[in-house]
Amino acid sequence: MLSVENLHIRFRTGDGLVHAVNDVSFSVDAGSRLAVVGESGSGKSQIALAIMGLLAKNAEVEGRIMWDGQDLLGTSNREMNRIRAREIGIIFQDPMSSLNPYMTIERQLTEIVEHHEGMSRRAARARALEVMDAVRIPDAKARLRAYPHEFSGGMRQRIVIAMALMCQPKLILADEPTTALDVTVQAQIMQLLQDVQSDLGTSVVLITHDLGVVAGFCEDVLVLYGGRVMETAKTMALFDQPGHPYTRGLLRAVPNIEDPSDALTAIPGSPPNQHRFPVACPFAPRCADVVDICRETLPQLRDGRACLRPIEELT
Amino acid sequence: MLNYTLRRLLMVIPTLLILVIFAFYLMRLAPGGPFTSERPLPPAVMANVLERYGMDEPLHVQLWTYIKNIICCFDFGPSFAQKDRTVNDVITQGFPVTLTYGFWSAVFVLALGVPLGIIAALRHNGFWDYTMTGLAIFSQIFPNFVLAPLLVLLFTLSWGLLPGGGWNGGQWQYIVMPAIALGTSYMASVARLTRGSMLEVLGSPYIRTARAKGLPERTIILRHALKPALLPTLTYMGPVFVYMITGSVFVDVFFSTGGIGQDFIDGAYSRDYSILLGLAILYAVLTFALTLAVDLLYAWIDPKVRAGLS
Repeated sequence: MLSVENLHIRFRTGDGLVHAVNDVSFSVDAGSRLAVVGESGSGKSQIALAIMGLLAKNAEVEGRIMWDGQDLLGTSNREMNRIRAREIGIIFQDPMSSLNPYMTIERQLTEIVEHHEGMSRRAARARALEVMDAVRIPDAKARLRAYPHEFSGGMRQRIVIAMALMCQPKLILADEPTTALDVTVQAQIMQLLQDVQSDLGTSVVLITHDLGVVAGFCEDVLVLYGGRVMETAKTMALFDQPGHPYTRGLLRAVPNIEDPSDALTAIPGSPPNQHRFPVACPFAPRCADVVDICRETLPQLRDGRACLRPIEELT
Repeated sequence: MLNYTLRRLLMVIPTLLILVIFAFYLMRLAPGGPFTSERPLPPAVMANVLERYGMDEPLHVQLWTYIKNIICCFDFGPSFAQKDRTVNDVITQGFPVTLTYGFWSAVFVLALGVPLGIIAALRHNGFWDYTMTGLAIFSQIFPNFVLAPLLVLLFTLSWGLLPGGGWNGGQWQYIVMPAIALGTSYMASVARLTRGSMLEVLGSPYIRTARAKGLPERTIILRHALKPALLPTLTYMGPVFVYMITGSVFVDVFFSTGGIGQDFIDGAYSRDYSILLGLAILYAVLTFALTLAVDLLYAWIDPKVRAGLS
């Protein structure tokens, strides 16, 4: 349904080009759930924005983003407006700032279907109520007239999800939907996403830095580092036997509930400088299993992993 | 909201009182007086004149009489310098004039400044943006005492389209040039202010959300971005509007409109205490009214402010 092919995203900045996303490919089938995992600056949000056609003006994009046989990268803004919200919905990271503080919740929800489906104000309101119920906002009818600041963070994120559901799109891009929320609320929101997904059969691309969130929800995982795919696998297989040192590092950084005494291990070092196009493995400077060849050769994705060392030799 | 408005209106009374007392004593501290002239009046005449205007009494008694007359009869006293006019006369004759051309000037400022600012923001770093910004800076540094003669040169002397001065009961031909001369530099400020805040709003996450909804650009600007982008302009326009409707000395003098800007300056030169005090009160009341109006408009636009008021 969606297939991203050899996507490159570069930003022209004051001090040169920044290679944010390099040669990323993946596809999403109808009804499936894919997680895109990586730390801050790994380019994962930029991929979502590229799909929506909402990249900043200083971005250069290369590759193809195929959606129902159409390359979204070559699609005009006007054409994209027929796809946005109607076919592909997006849930942004920060519910505090992604709702318009000067408009009622009702207007922010109804305008979507009024525009895309030509609904009357009354029908749109009925749809808004329906969707607010679906995302379990209590007392939806009374709260329609409220403004964003009258809601808690968790409730606002539900509204943002409700927005994405208004037109029942085929694909939802969830960009760190729980990052800005308390841990208990996080679990509720993930549960909600899961329920909504299975009720509507929508495909979901979940963008997150939290492998813990991925485990219960997504079938497939794509691990990004420095804007490149490090590993791609079925979730179960990835947790069983991570095929890339970076993935292993990420997994060690997830708290273990069964054994709280288990120390968390951070990955030493910091994310790579993306001003230059890498000529060697971008993870090499931080890798526990690094050997000489890693500093000279750029590994290609093979059998779902971009690592020069055989899987048996990893620690 | 109503509660808040009433509270604010009640606050006007003590504030005005303080203002009157302060201004009254401050003026008397300045050397000279309405009846001092190069050739001093004979003492007997002087005493007569002072008695005639009640100025032989101690200051606090004069102040009390002044306040009493305002409260009981809305009487702001006689002008000291203009023998046959009262302060009420001066204000009722002059204020409608400045109110009229000041109001139209404000309309000119908003009707031109806001759209220019928005267009510049939408064409950010494009041809129209640079043109507008250049034009705005040019009109901001262009003083009205250069602009006004230029307008007269073109519209009156060269093309004969508009009268070069006078008021004539406020016919539109007489309003155009004073309004433009008064408003141009403010129009430029409003354009720049609107451009800046519109750019900021357009870069905000909630506008990105609106874009992700697939709404047409027009709807995004008008429904989502316009209100918040106008807030700084609104704050700016409150005091500027007061300044405009109370007139500018230069405009009043240059176009001979007969507005109160002229009276204020004349009053200051001739130490016309009652005129100065009367006009100060007028300015204060207008400032109160406009700041309240701006605050209420703010509350109307921003639900958070509204929630804070009730």
